[in-house]
Amino acid sequence: MTNATATMNRVASLGADVRRNAWTLGLLAFLVVLLVFTKVIQPGYGPIAAQGLGTSVLPLALAAVAQAIVVIAGGIDLSIGSMMALTSVVSATLMKGQSEEFGVAVVVGVLLLGVVLGAVNGGLVVITRVPDIVVTLAMSFVWAGFALLVRAAPGGGAALWLKDLVIGPIGNEWIPRAAIAMVVVVAIIWIPVVRSRLGLSIYAIGSNQLAAFRSGVPVGRTKLAAYVLTGLCAALAGLSLTASTGIGTPVPGPYTLMSVAAVVLGGVSLAGGRGGVFGPIVAVVVLQMIRTDMTFLNVNTNLAVVAQGVILIGVLMFGSLFELRRARA
Amino acid sequence: MTLPTTDLLLEATGVSKTYGAVVALKAASLAVRPGEVHALMGANGAGKSTLVKILTGAVRPDGGTIAVHGKERIVHSPLEARRGGLVSVYQEPALIPDLDIRSNLRLTETPLEPFRYWLRELGLEDLNLSSQARRVPLASLRIIDLARALAIEPDVLMLDEMTAALPANLTERVLEVIGRQRGGERSVIFISHRLIEIAAVCDRATVLREGETVGVVDVTEGSDDRIVELMLGQIVKEMPAGAERAARGMRAADVKPRLAARGLTAGTKLHDGSFELFPGEVLGVVALEGQGQDELFDILAGSVRPSGGELLVDGAPVSFRHPADAIRAGLVYVAADRAEALLMQRSVRENIALPFTTRLRNWGLIDLARERKTVDGAVATLQIDARAGGEVRRLSGGNQQKVTIARWVAGGVRTMLCFDPTRGIDIRTKQQIYRLLRDLAGAGAAVLLYTSELKEVQLVCDRAIVIFGGRVVAEIDAADADEPALLRAAYNLRSDAVIPELAAVEAAAVAIGAAAVAGDEAEGDR
Repeated sequence: MTNATATMNRVASLGADVRRNAWTLGLLAFLVVLLVFTKVIQPGYGPIAAQGLGTSVLPLALAAVAQAIVVIAGGIDLSIGSMMALTSVVSATLMKGQSEEFGVAVVVGVLLLGVVLGAVNGGLVVITRVPDIVVTLAMSFVWAGFALLVRAAPGGGAALWLKDLVIGPIGNEWIPRAAIAMVVVVAIIWIPVVRSRLGLSIYAIGSNQLAAFRSGVPVGRTKLAAYVLTGLCAALAGLSLTASTGIGTPVPGPYTLMSVAAVVLGGVSLAGGRGGVFGPIVAVVVLQMIRTDMTFLNVNTNLAVVAQGVILIGVLMFGSLFELRRARA
Repeated sequence: MTLPTTDLLLEATGVSKTYGAVVALKAASLAVRPGEVHALMGANGAGKSTLVKILTGAVRPDGGTIAVHGKERIVHSPLEARRGGLVSVYQEPALIPDLDIRSNLRLTETPLEPFRYWLRELGLEDLNLSSQARRVPLASLRIIDLARALAIEPDVLMLDEMTAALPANLTERVLEVIGRQRGGERSVIFISHRLIEIAAVCDRATVLREGETVGVVDVTEGSDDRIVELMLGQIVKEMPAGAERAARGMRAADVKPRLAARGLTAGTKLHDGSFELFPGEVLGVVALEGQGQDELFDILAGSVRPSGGELLVDGAPVSFRHPADAIRAGLVYVAADRAEALLMQRSVRENIALPFTTRLRNWGLIDLARERKTVDGAVATLQIDARAGGEVRRLSGGNQQKVTIARWVAGGVRTMLCFDPTRGIDIRTKQQIYRLLRDLAGAGAAVLLYTSELKEVQLVCDRAIVIFGGRVVAEIDAADADEPALLRAAYNLRSDAVIPELAAVEAAAVAIGAAAVAGDEAEGDR
């Protein structure tokens, strides 16, 4: 009887797992459909294109992870694009013409820089109690300004080993190295966090700050930690920019708002407390695939941007309807 | 001028309202004559506020009729109610904090001259109309609300706990002004927990119990007891759970209290929170709404720092800067509002594990196997139906409440602070919670239990303290703590008690009595 109960519980918990990750699974299915569609309209789509896809989405995927962490904690970070620009130009400038070994030191230093940037963002949010959207918007100007001070025009260089980390295939020609880099980053940063008290606390403050406080969670410190993790991931995103392009660009790309879009599309609630980082990563690939398909279909580039926005809203509406029906059932 | 077809100004019959499975009003009736001050009475949750909200159009009733001047009408919104002459002053000030007083008045189209007149009558003549509402003290805001309502000369003015937050001198003025409404064309519906105020200004009282009107009483000398009796109704004897309370009352003289509070004060609500809580006992806390019990529990749980007084845990003074400090000192808090305690979108496991992990000081990986064992143990102990455990919001209210308790039981309990833990949950779950609290006490834990259901005191507690006006005013042994005794104590109905506020109210009552007599004579002359 106990066995039967245990089995029942296991089945129930499996069902709960599926239900909780329904959004990510649905998104994955959507991605598969898109890939098939792409292969149909462009039979020549092959390993090289897949490698290019991996390299080109990596910066945005890392930015989406950065954004997801802070959004889960109930905040938002509008300075991710600027932090990426700053870390990218700093790494490209320091690495230019230097040895491969020196590149390692630069990478470590830039990651530390990301931690500091995140700590400043989080510290200001926690101490001043100014809304995070305002603090990080203001800091986005500061970080972007610093980036231009470091280097007024695109340039610099990147260590070869760094480029090799994200460009080209690994093992099978269909598997981009960038994908492996992504998996390694998630395994090293996100999984330990989720498994520890910090992860639980991050979800707790995002879900219900009062309940978390009453349960003895140090709300301020946890929020600060979330921003630090975001800064670290933004630095990784900046490094991947340098690695994939070989230079540093001081002007922030569209990464901040794209990361918010990816986070929302990836099933993370902007109200906090719900979702994970896998959904946003898949969402980034989906967004990129849509753009690629538009190119293959010879759609006007400007119209393609419009279409991307419409698809974003459409998918979210569809998802909300689905959620609503489930809540009623 | 034609005479109204009925002599009733306002008549509500058979009004009902349910929220989901909760029945707020079953069959409430209320008949108000012109020129009377009519009290609406009832214990916590009897449906008074719901009825007032329905009368003013803030809430739509499910059934029943409401007639004004003999004409049936359906009120869709507070604005419509106001145009129809029904105005309410709610428990919370209804001024927009970021606007100044003058703009607030403009917003509700309040005529300025009558407003100033009533402000003077209410003893607040020196108010600066340009000051921002958020900078005006709470008591003054209540007065402004009242003056604003009086200025538009409503047919029926409803006052919901108007005097609760007022100091004695203002209470006196308010009661005097309300008393003056008697004998005219207009009426007042007056809700208050203070029987002495009812006796001072009201003509009749309608008593609600569990959403039903159970009686209408003429307020005269000695009607207090009749009102209390109606509020209580037939006292149901059920669940004699006290059998296992063998050791109760027999406390060795040398046992030190687990928790001792001495003269705790906070804000304007709590003035003297003093009691001792011993290991192995369940101590009940009984109070009407807003007597300072919320503040007391917030202090004990570490959410709020007291402005005065002393708190000792196991004889050593403590001062909590954060709930985490209280939790480490063994004081855990079970809130009535589950939305304030749970992570609704997260799983049962996470909800139980959250406070339990905060006791560990390490930030490393959580030992999942051990955590699962602890969580499973707690789920089994409380018989939580965790089939929908992926997200706590999908659980029933009773199961959610069990989770809020399980999360503390999982880590071992020394002192549990329960704030109305059985509010709005079914009887079976209630009994499980009673049993659990007794078991905890039996195992040596100390339990502090605030309850709005008075019969819980005899079911679960060893003794009870009563808070009134921010002070602990009585301690009653469970054997003597039947509902009438508790309710009398909660209303502070003791002739020997001398409390300044009451003295002031009594003085006001005398003055109003004289005024009423004068008014009656004037009426007779007409």
